[in-house]
Amino acid sequence: MKNRRSRVLALAGACILAVGGLAACGAEETSAPSTGAAQTSSAAESGADQTSSVAGSAEAAALSGSIQMVGSTSMERFANALIEAFAVTYPDVNVTAEFVGSGAGIEAVINGTADVGNSSRNLEAEELEAGAVENIVAIDGIAVCVDPANTVTGLTKDQLTNIYNGTITNWSEVGGSDTPIIVIGREAGSGTRGAFEELLGLEDACVYANELDSTGAVMARVASTPGAIGYVSLDVLNDSVVALALDGVEPTVDNIKSGSYFLSRPFVMATNGEISQQSDLVQAWFDFVLGAEGQEIATSVGLITVE
Amino acid sequence: MNDNTLMRKRKRPLDMILRAAIYISASVSVLLLLGMIGYVFVKGIQTVNLSFLTSVTSTLEGTVGVAGNLLNTAYIIIITLLIATPLGVGSAIYLNEYARPGRIVSMIEFTTETLSGIPSIIFGLFGMVFFGESLGLGYSLLTGSFTLTLMVLPLITRNTQEALRTVPESYRSGALGMGSTKWHMIRTILLPSSMPGIVTGIILALGRIVGESAALLFTAGSDYRLPRFSGGFADNVERLLTKTTESGGTLTIELYLQMQKGQYETAFGIGCVLIIIVLILNLLTKLAANKLRPV
Amino acid sequence: MNSQTHASVRESTILGNRKNKAVVETAAQIIFTICAFFAVLAVVSITLYMIISGTPAIFEVGLTEILFGTVWRPAAEDPQFGILYVILTSIIGTSMAILIGVPIGVLTAVFLAEVAPKKLAMIVKPAVELLAGIPSVIYGLLGVYLLNPLMYKIELAVFEGSATHQFTGGANLLSAVIVLAIMILPTVINISETSIKAVHPSLKAASLALGASHIQTIFKTMLPAAKSGIVTAIVLGVGRAIGEAMAITLVSGSSVNIPLPFNSVRFLTTAIVSEMGYSSGTHRQVLFTIGLVLFVFIMIINVVLNKILKKGANENER
Repeated sequence: MKNRRSRVLALAGACILAVGGLAACGAEETSAPSTGAAQTSSAAESGADQTSSVAGSAEAAALSGSIQMVGSTSMERFANALIEAFAVTYPDVNVTAEFVGSGAGIEAVINGTADVGNSSRNLEAEELEAGAVENIVAIDGIAVCVDPANTVTGLTKDQLTNIYNGTITNWSEVGGSDTPIIVIGREAGSGTRGAFEELLGLEDACVYANELDSTGAVMARVASTPGAIGYVSLDVLNDSVVALALDGVEPTVDNIKSGSYFLSRPFVMATNGEISQQSDLVQAWFDFVLGAEGQEIATSVGLITVE
Repeated sequence: MNDNTLMRKRKRPLDMILRAAIYISASVSVLLLLGMIGYVFVKGIQTVNLSFLTSVTSTLEGTVGVAGNLLNTAYIIIITLLIATPLGVGSAIYLNEYARPGRIVSMIEFTTETLSGIPSIIFGLFGMVFFGESLGLGYSLLTGSFTLTLMVLPLITRNTQEALRTVPESYRSGALGMGSTKWHMIRTILLPSSMPGIVTGIILALGRIVGESAALLFTAGSDYRLPRFSGGFADNVERLLTKTTESGGTLTIELYLQMQKGQYETAFGIGCVLIIIVLILNLLTKLAANKLRPV
Repeated sequence: MNSQTHASVRESTILGNRKNKAVVETAAQIIFTICAFFAVLAVVSITLYMIISGTPAIFEVGLTEILFGTVWRPAAEDPQFGILYVILTSIIGTSMAILIGVPIGVLTAVFLAEVAPKKLAMIVKPAVELLAGIPSVIYGLLGVYLLNPLMYKIELAVFEGSATHQFTGGANLLSAVIVLAIMILPTVINISETSIKAVHPSLKAASLALGASHIQTIFKTMLPAAKSGIVTAIVLGVGRAIGEAMAITLVSGSSVNIPLPFNSVRFLTTAIVSEMGYSSGTHRQVLFTIGLVLFVFIMIINVVLNKILKKGANENER
């Protein structure tokens, strides 16, 4: 009987706790954002130690205002890292960023609704004519990979295009063994997919056998499927797959820098007119992005720096 | 066999076909299911060792481990059950003991049924939008736990209800007849008698939490690190509490992510750990049902 | 709260402060009522949120374009959001999984309840119960690791020399269906077995006494009597299969295609999982619309299940 009673008491206790818990939910909800803020600021502080020596603090303190940035989703990680670090040097400058797509970003710069347009591709002729200026801030490479057993070690751009649009369906057509080609890619909305298709002129013309939702998944599927081909960001590439030479050029950092490996894409921060014509704020932003610290951030998020 | 019948047994070809179908189906399903679990277990057990369970995956140190995911799983289990158990038990008590059968009861029972039928991905979407975005909790263990609370609530309610139903009516009328108040009767007679059902419900809920993935990916997130402990006791307690507002992936989430990345060794290791957990929970359920049965 | 603890001190007596007791009684009743309505609140808010998040895209893109469009190009310059193939995949995939899983499951249940030697059943039954608790991701893991390569070999054999077939590397509808069918087995077996066992022994005895064979008795008498339980098992199986996401994202290949057995396909659930992370704007809203479609399916299934259960209860009372 005693045992039973204690159990009941425990249960009643649990009831009380739960009601308390429910009440506490309200409190926790409000406290959550504040902890989030605390984290960002502490992360930013650690960056401050590095920057304080670089930037003239008197000049930095004088600048205030806001910079509006719109554009590419694939630059989200890079841009957010830059914004965070920038806020340390220039605490009074508020940089806001919307990630809606490269085209929309450049459009916003041209019509003046944004100061900076992020684009993960080169600008088009009409965009340049309309006054947009291409400021390349970093370079990203895309590697095309196959499973290790594949005998094909390189493809031409045409072959690659034809594989992805479904014209070539067997490796024997490009000098390999008689194996069907399993075309693997990323899901719609992926920046890598967008850039890959854009570079090959295959926008929404790709015929995928598998659409996977992360770079790692693409690589794993390619590694485990005989006859598979896929594309991944250069920085995640490992030994489980073989990266193909395209037009005879290996996807290395050097080849991407020299521009001979064609599957690379610039990360552009477009402005309306040259940087020197921009406001002090925007000029400070570009000094920062193209300066030592900005480029260090580029490397840390897996990009290739501009030189 | 023939002794049982007056007439000679007639051969029925259909009977034989059906009997064969039964045997084939049974052996296919049982061998397949047991074979699969055995396969995961055997393949995974090689990966599972002390360092796998106590360390965190790190490229710098070259370790592969799921300690962070174990902690996150524990967090989610504790928070979820702390909220869901009283709610579920209370709801069952209301339905069985207070409410008069009618529209309200059937509405509540229907919604409870509905809640248990909603797929976890919908819970995930709802949790992400409601707890994550509207209430501003973002990707956090709390968001995940609140979402799972809704998901396991019906399990606890239904099991408690079943248990309450098995309590003989004479217990109730006896207690009430002796002048006991209703709450007193519930507390001292009904709840103790239905304890096995409640515990079974809790353990089933636990199993569901451990195995859940879709509802957690968009709510609790996928962080696999351990909170960094330093400083004094108070600091560490605070660190443990703030962890609830940060993202954290459970074992099952980590299994999904590892499998996606093609890290099959780690994936099977986690699978093995999960199977062991499910096995233990299963034994606990059996034990609860037997041991706690009132005399 | 205070009065509760106060009352528990005196629980040993049924006498006591009447006023206090009245307060406790009311408080208890109110708290329990609130608990009970929590489920209603949850369902109502989930429904509301699904509708609120799922409908904007319908107005923006158009209901027929979404439901009956066959082209899924959410990120193109001129985006198209047709999810007809996705819906069909979910319907066909689930039906196929049910067609494979349910007969095997029900026959296994018959085996466990009626045919198997007692000792064997005593070992197998708990094992099957255990399997119902295995996380679905594990089924997915085995699907990716074992089934896909196997399916690729079959695919290579079936479509050898085919010029039109796009090879999927084994990640196709059939693989997903097999994973789903195996996944629902434990549920179907457990519920069917319980309902077969619950058939009143007099029915079985009467049938046998009239000269029917054991097998005839099972199929002509016991299974019809256990009908509502088996239908419940099927409906729950449908619910689990149509709602499963993580186990089949990788196994199914996840490209939007006509649901043919060897095509790489995308289900309603996997469509949400695979693109939620990167989507924005209308694309994201359409993903919520997909969630709403799935939700509508599930609600229909729930209502059907509820009807069946009620009907079953009425029949039993008669």
